[in-house]
Amino acid sequence: MLRVRYNVEAMARSDVQLMLDVKAGDDASFELLLRKYRSPLVNYLGRMMGDSATAEDLAQEVFLRIYRARSQYAPSAKFTTWIFRIATNLALNARRDGRYRRLEVSIQEGSHPEDDDARVLQIPDTRPGAEQHLMARDRAALIRRAVEELPEKQRAAVLLHKYEEMDYDQIAAILNCSESALKSILFRAYETLRVKLAPIVNGSLG
Amino acid sequence: MNCKAMEKYSVAYLDGSIDSRRRREVEAHLADCGPCRVRAHQFQEVWGILEEAPMVRPSASFDAAVRARVAQEASRSSLWGWLVAPSPRLAVGVTGLLVFSVWLSSLQPAARPPAQIVTAGDTEFKMIADLPVLEDYDVLANFEALSEVPVQPTTPTQPGL
Repeated sequence: MLRVRYNVEAMARSDVQLMLDVKAGDDASFELLLRKYRSPLVNYLGRMMGDSATAEDLAQEVFLRIYRARSQYAPSAKFTTWIFRIATNLALNARRDGRYRRLEVSIQEGSHPEDDDARVLQIPDTRPGAEQHLMARDRAALIRRAVEELPEKQRAAVLLHKYEEMDYDQIAAILNCSESALKSILFRAYETLRVKLAPIVNGSLG
Repeated sequence: MNCKAMEKYSVAYLDGSIDSRRRREVEAHLADCGPCRVRAHQFQEVWGILEEAPMVRPSASFDAAVRARVAQEASRSSLWGWLVAPSPRLAVGVTGLLVFSVWLSSLQPAARPPAQIVTAGDTEFKMIADLPVLEDYDVLANFEALSEVPVQPTTPTQPGL
């Protein structure tokens, strides 16, 4: 009974308060932050990097950096802004230093193991719904590729705006730019997506 | 509102964060401008299409991996803290070393042998006292005792020495 009450109280605490508790040596608060942010972070980094293994590696690094910084933590910004800023910087640095270039190339080329098998064996899939499945897969690949091919800052802006539903001031703080610059970045990003996704927008694949 | 200004408000119109006054202005422009109307419509479609992109989810081992890395970090930082942070053990150790050094240095003067120093000092004193005579060139050039000394032929240097 006591344990349940403790967890409810812990969940009600703000992220900033949880981080301050981590600073004071409370490992249970770190566990709560881990549970709350692991999915959004892995999702965001996965879409930034185009690879789930890389995303996991970088997300682990984000949590490690937060833990390392606990003694110097001062709540000067929203916790979400802080954690996504760390994640964005790690992702941008990782892409620039080329550690994950090989993986990105393989994903951009769409070379999945099942694709290679299909190319070699050339066996038509005659199962019911197979055509719809392929169309859905092509559509998903097109969307993913369109987002991945956006310039880094545009991609981060779209992901934070669309999927993380962040306010402009938060995204601007994460990307270290003004709000008006961010609106311009977002406009150009959606304009590029509109062109790249034209086959779907016009109903060719959908 | 013109087409250029639409670029500024298109995204806010798309995500619904635009205020009501701007919304009316945007909608008035869209009613009159075909290209902007098409673009706004396609922005809405793109907005919906992006929802279809599958989520990237953490693996089952993700939490354990984070905990392992954090535990490793915690043990490393605690070792560093033991070495650097002020601790009674470290203070006692440093103080003991200091006291031992002071005690050792206080013993050293008594261990010196005084007799040899005095002998060496006498020899040095005589040599220094004769220096003005040796350094006076006129005295040495006209010193009769030296003229009686036969000149020694210089011996050739043996190879290998």
